[in-house]
Amino acid sequence: MKDTQAIIEARHVTMGYGDYVLQKDMNFTVNKHDIFIIMGGSGCGKSSLLRLLTGLNQPLKGDIFVKGINFTKADSDVQKNIMINNGILYQSGALFSSMTLAENVALPLQQYTDYSQQTIQELVSLKLALVGLAGFESFYPSEISGGMKKRAGLARALALDPEIVYFDEPSAGLDPISSKLLDDLMKNINQSLGTTLVVVTHELSSLLDIGTNGVFLDAETKTIIAQGHPKDLLKNPPNETVYEFLTRGKTEYVK
Amino acid sequence: MNMSFEQKQSQLVVNLTGSFERADNPSMKEALFRLAWDVQTQRIVIHAQTLGTWDSSLVVVLYTLKKIALERGILFQSSTLPKQLNSLLDLALTVDRKPPQRNDETPDFLEVLGTIGINTCQAIGRGLIFIRDVMGALGRFFTKRVVMRSVDFWTELDNCGPKAVLIVSLISFMVGLILAFVGAIQLKTFGAQIFVASLVTIGMIRIMGAIMVGIIMAGRTGASYAATIGTMQVNEELDALKTMGIPVTDFLILPRLVTLVIAMPILVLLADFMGMLGGAFVGVLLLDIPAGEYWKYAWEAFGLTNFLVGLFHGLVFGFVIGLCGCYYGVQCGRNADSVGIATTKAVVWSIVWMIVLTGLITYLCEVIGI
Repeated sequence: MKDTQAIIEARHVTMGYGDYVLQKDMNFTVNKHDIFIIMGGSGCGKSSLLRLLTGLNQPLKGDIFVKGINFTKADSDVQKNIMINNGILYQSGALFSSMTLAENVALPLQQYTDYSQQTIQELVSLKLALVGLAGFESFYPSEISGGMKKRAGLARALALDPEIVYFDEPSAGLDPISSKLLDDLMKNINQSLGTTLVVVTHELSSLLDIGTNGVFLDAETKTIIAQGHPKDLLKNPPNETVYEFLTRGKTEYVK
Repeated sequence: MNMSFEQKQSQLVVNLTGSFERADNPSMKEALFRLAWDVQTQRIVIHAQTLGTWDSSLVVVLYTLKKIALERGILFQSSTLPKQLNSLLDLALTVDRKPPQRNDETPDFLEVLGTIGINTCQAIGRGLIFIRDVMGALGRFFTKRVVMRSVDFWTELDNCGPKAVLIVSLISFMVGLILAFVGAIQLKTFGAQIFVASLVTIGMIRIMGAIMVGIIMAGRTGASYAATIGTMQVNEELDALKTMGIPVTDFLILPRLVTLVIAMPILVLLADFMGMLGGAFVGVLLLDIPAGEYWKYAWEAFGLTNFLVGLFHGLVFGFVIGLCGCYYGVQCGRNADSVGIATTKAVVWSIVWMIVLTGLITYLCEVIGI
């Protein structure tokens, strides 16, 4: 039976910069084992919302709860503990260029676990193998392709067996095959490790393929204008904006 | 680690019970893997009926065992493992891309020597081409055919001129002060403290002022040029300029180089004055030399030739710092590390070339008798 326990909850969250409001009064819940998609057009605040969820920015109003703890109001130690149990894959992979792939993946393990050096090496090989990069341990980020960098970034994000992994535009800059491979990998990780994935994307094929839940941010009204399974939103679009977005610009919306 | 194992005839039986979270027992794992490699072992059987929660610390053991089994061509029986664990093992063992072969051989002495030689020749070639391009851009600048925005020129002039005044003033004042102190200790033994004024004046205006400003500007402005242009290289902004047909030398290098060449002699002038002020501070307040006497001796030591040689140094240093900063920025690689390397090289080579050229200018002055 699927566990539908809430793992992230946003309550009346308003975000922006200074006086400029990007999105207001956002309410949504991410359940355990979801692949939760943050959808919306360019400039609606998807990446800003991700920065909020990962603690890089603070909301102007409202609270974000992670596993029942008020992440927004928690002190820095509690926030740090929560973040250690989360993994993040940045748009470019954000690998440290002066380190090999093995050293990149080993870094969080050395920092936050008591594993022996041998076990760390074995775990690094396992994580790289999981993302299809077995044997690339001694390579530097500059020696691999963009898609491989993203996969290596994912291996690093998975190093500490996180409960939640955040993805910022995972398909950006990838060819369709690499993009599909990454989508399959994300689904595999979600199913086999039970990891909750929160994904910012506007790649239609990807969000319809992997998403199990999501929110749609609208730049015009500065609110969430749809929530639910992306495929359900495509079948029964609640408004014209969502319909246009999910059908790549078709305009014959009928309510 | 709730794991036990035994070898039963040709079978290696591994029993997993209870929870596996952050479990680590290297010696136990080593013994298990040794048995898996044992020629007698023809089948690895996992019993995991009572397995509780687990994480990567268990997956890594099973992954290694399954890899050994695959490599040896023996059976790996894991039907009692949870479905997710088995699919995770399958995922880890799906090799979709083999790493390319790398040449890890250590090169011999001759090869290293040859590589250094080739790299040095290439670096000299790149440097000369860069200087040629800059000279071409300077030619276009003087004939007003250059692609340069005036706003860039004024912004750069502001960066390397007025914004550097405070730090140049402070350091030059301190250098004048130190020169006066050190000189005073020696001159006092002959009762000739008054010559501190001459010492500081000649020292500052002839060479120290220019060298101090050069070192400050190499660290402050040369480094900033290399970092800015290097980051633009990382962000492909230099590529964008090239594909638009806009010469990088005109658009990025010239405003920086020209403004620095203009600003440096003025900063040297300021440094000379502040250094003399620092010397006067020590002379008048600490060595009890009357202010009028001090300035009289300072003015006598102040030769126009010395002063102009100092300014000429400033002009040359401005050119050197601008060239080095921009050259290493343009030559920067395409990652964060490269920007750091470019910045370091810009500062180090600016200072090296400044010292080399100071030696050359001093020698030429000696030859022509000034």
